[in-house]
Amino acid sequence: MTDAPSTIAERSADVLARATPTNVAVRVRGLSDRAIAWLFITPTIALLLAINIFPLIWAVYLSFTNFRANRPNAEVDGVGLRNYQRVLNDPDIWIAMQTTAHFVFWTILLQTVIGFALAYLIDRKFRGHAFWTTVILIPMMLSPAVVGNFWRFLYQPQIGLFNYIVSFFTGIPPSSFEMLGSVSLAPWAIIIVDTWMWTPYVMLICLAGLRSIPDYIYEAAEVDRASAWRQFWSITVPMALPFIMLAVLFRGIENFKMFDMVMLLTGGGPGSTTEVASITLKREAFESWLTGRSSAFAIILFVAVFGLANIYVKALNKVKQR
Amino acid sequence: MSSVNTTAHSVVEPTPTVKRIAGTIVILYALVTMIPLAWIFLTSIKSPPDSISYPPKVVFTPTLEGFCNLFTTRTRQTPDYIQSLPAPTSTCDEITRSRNMVIAGPSNYWPRFGNSLVIAFGSTFLAVSLGTFAAYGFSRFRVPLADDLLFFILSTRMMPPIAVAIPIYLMYRQFGLSDTALGMILLYTAVNVSLAVWLLKGFIDEIPREYEEAAMIDGYTRLQAFWKVVLPQATTGIAATAIFCLIFAWNEYAFAVLLTSGSAQTAPPFIPTIIGEGGQDWPAVAAGTTIFLVPILVFTIILRKQLLRGITFGAVRK
Repeated sequence: MTDAPSTIAERSADVLARATPTNVAVRVRGLSDRAIAWLFITPTIALLLAINIFPLIWAVYLSFTNFRANRPNAEVDGVGLRNYQRVLNDPDIWIAMQTTAHFVFWTILLQTVIGFALAYLIDRKFRGHAFWTTVILIPMMLSPAVVGNFWRFLYQPQIGLFNYIVSFFTGIPPSSFEMLGSVSLAPWAIIIVDTWMWTPYVMLICLAGLRSIPDYIYEAAEVDRASAWRQFWSITVPMALPFIMLAVLFRGIENFKMFDMVMLLTGGGPGSTTEVASITLKREAFESWLTGRSSAFAIILFVAVFGLANIYVKALNKVKQR
Repeated sequence: MSSVNTTAHSVVEPTPTVKRIAGTIVILYALVTMIPLAWIFLTSIKSPPDSISYPPKVVFTPTLEGFCNLFTTRTRQTPDYIQSLPAPTSTCDEITRSRNMVIAGPSNYWPRFGNSLVIAFGSTFLAVSLGTFAAYGFSRFRVPLADDLLFFILSTRMMPPIAVAIPIYLMYRQFGLSDTALGMILLYTAVNVSLAVWLLKGFIDEIPREYEEAAMIDGYTRLQAFWKVVLPQATTGIAATAIFCLIFAWNEYAFAVLLTSGSAQTAPPFIPTIIGEGGQDWPAVAAGTTIFLVPILVFTIILRKQLLRGITFGAVRK
């Protein structure tokens, strides 16, 4: 790279390098740290560019055309922003967004309340709490599609276990209500399964929050004769709050994308009462084959999720700083 | 974690009554949430009539019919024809014939299960390998724009799968990757590598740099130090990350249902399509679900200490 050392500084550096013991010189041999860094990181970035970014750019291109994937040989025309205009002015899509918001709101509310309560109770460290915590965690590890599919059986009006248990406790005849077939109950059928599955997730994060509160704070509060109620609201809740927020954000992003469970439980029905954004997108892209238009919708969803992701990373950093 | 010495009379130690009440509520909750899973297992060993009886049966004669129906395809035959057949050679033969049917051949369950195994393990291996290198790179070297790159890596995981699936579908159709195991492996690798990088970076950050530096002073090159010092130290983290990737790939449905239809279809899109005569064959579905869930149960128990870290992308480490 360089010519013969010219300056005094370079010459002395050269002399020093020659005088360096071999074991240190070995560090220099082989690849430089910089080369290794790039060698290690590039494959991952390349894969993500090929499988995530290249298709994304393609989708952006398609969103400005009238391309339909089921007619690959038809002429493709640019349509400017018309796809975006249509998506944003489509009442069906706004209804789907509202449905999604409804799900996100109720599932997060239920999961946070139940999850935090469970974490609080588990943190009382009763005998066997570690074992029961593991048991509680099981549902969240399972496949939402495969388990959601089985819930369809539990929700059967006459023979389903869910209807039987409800009728056992309330006396309502089990075949008098259809969890999946009725317009008013179908959204709740999905909220129940989602809550069953993901409450453990919120619980686990809340538990970490509660365990991060040092005992001495409670001891000090006890010395000050703060009531248990007061301690809960002025120590426990505020100190666990960043963790609760983290759980809420994670669940918010996940449920915004909600697809598997809805697809298998109701497929968006009855009518379109449970049609969340992902289901609408799937219908437009893979059933109506409006590829250009659905690409525009997909890009709009991307932007929305990116907004959420940004908030998420900021919150994550805040939690980490503690 | 610093532990404060808590004596039996510590003010922060809940009283026995509080503990008992808390324990009762938690155990009750745990038992209630286990009902659907218990019901999946019970249904898998019920006969089809028992599975749809009212009131739901808790006491019944267990049978392997659900599993037999899951593994085979059957055709209905006349009793005379069945009489004329040689003696049944297996339990499933016997059960099937008692329903006036004969086994026509194996079902698609094991091939789909096999696809799930190949795709899940293949993508996990790739994601964890790539992720380990990248995580080491981010952990130990000053990479320009590291924060932006890490955010970019994470953000790919935030995209709604259906939105990603549209261009992937077109791209795979172009390159002949539709409905192939390779296509699914690449896709799941791309999704999982973000989790792998984030988790593994956390694990590698926890290994003191001094270990490698000492090794390099002793004459190792940077690469040797990585292989012989860092990797062995990171084994637990790598294993936990691998299990998380495996579970994601194993459970994934949205991409699988849109991008595979035949030879590369995995178990999650297949299981809901199991039907018998006149509708869904619930014992067979339950049997398929049970077999599908068992590996996850085992992994959950192995992973329980690392779960928190995995589900928060390493944000919360306890």
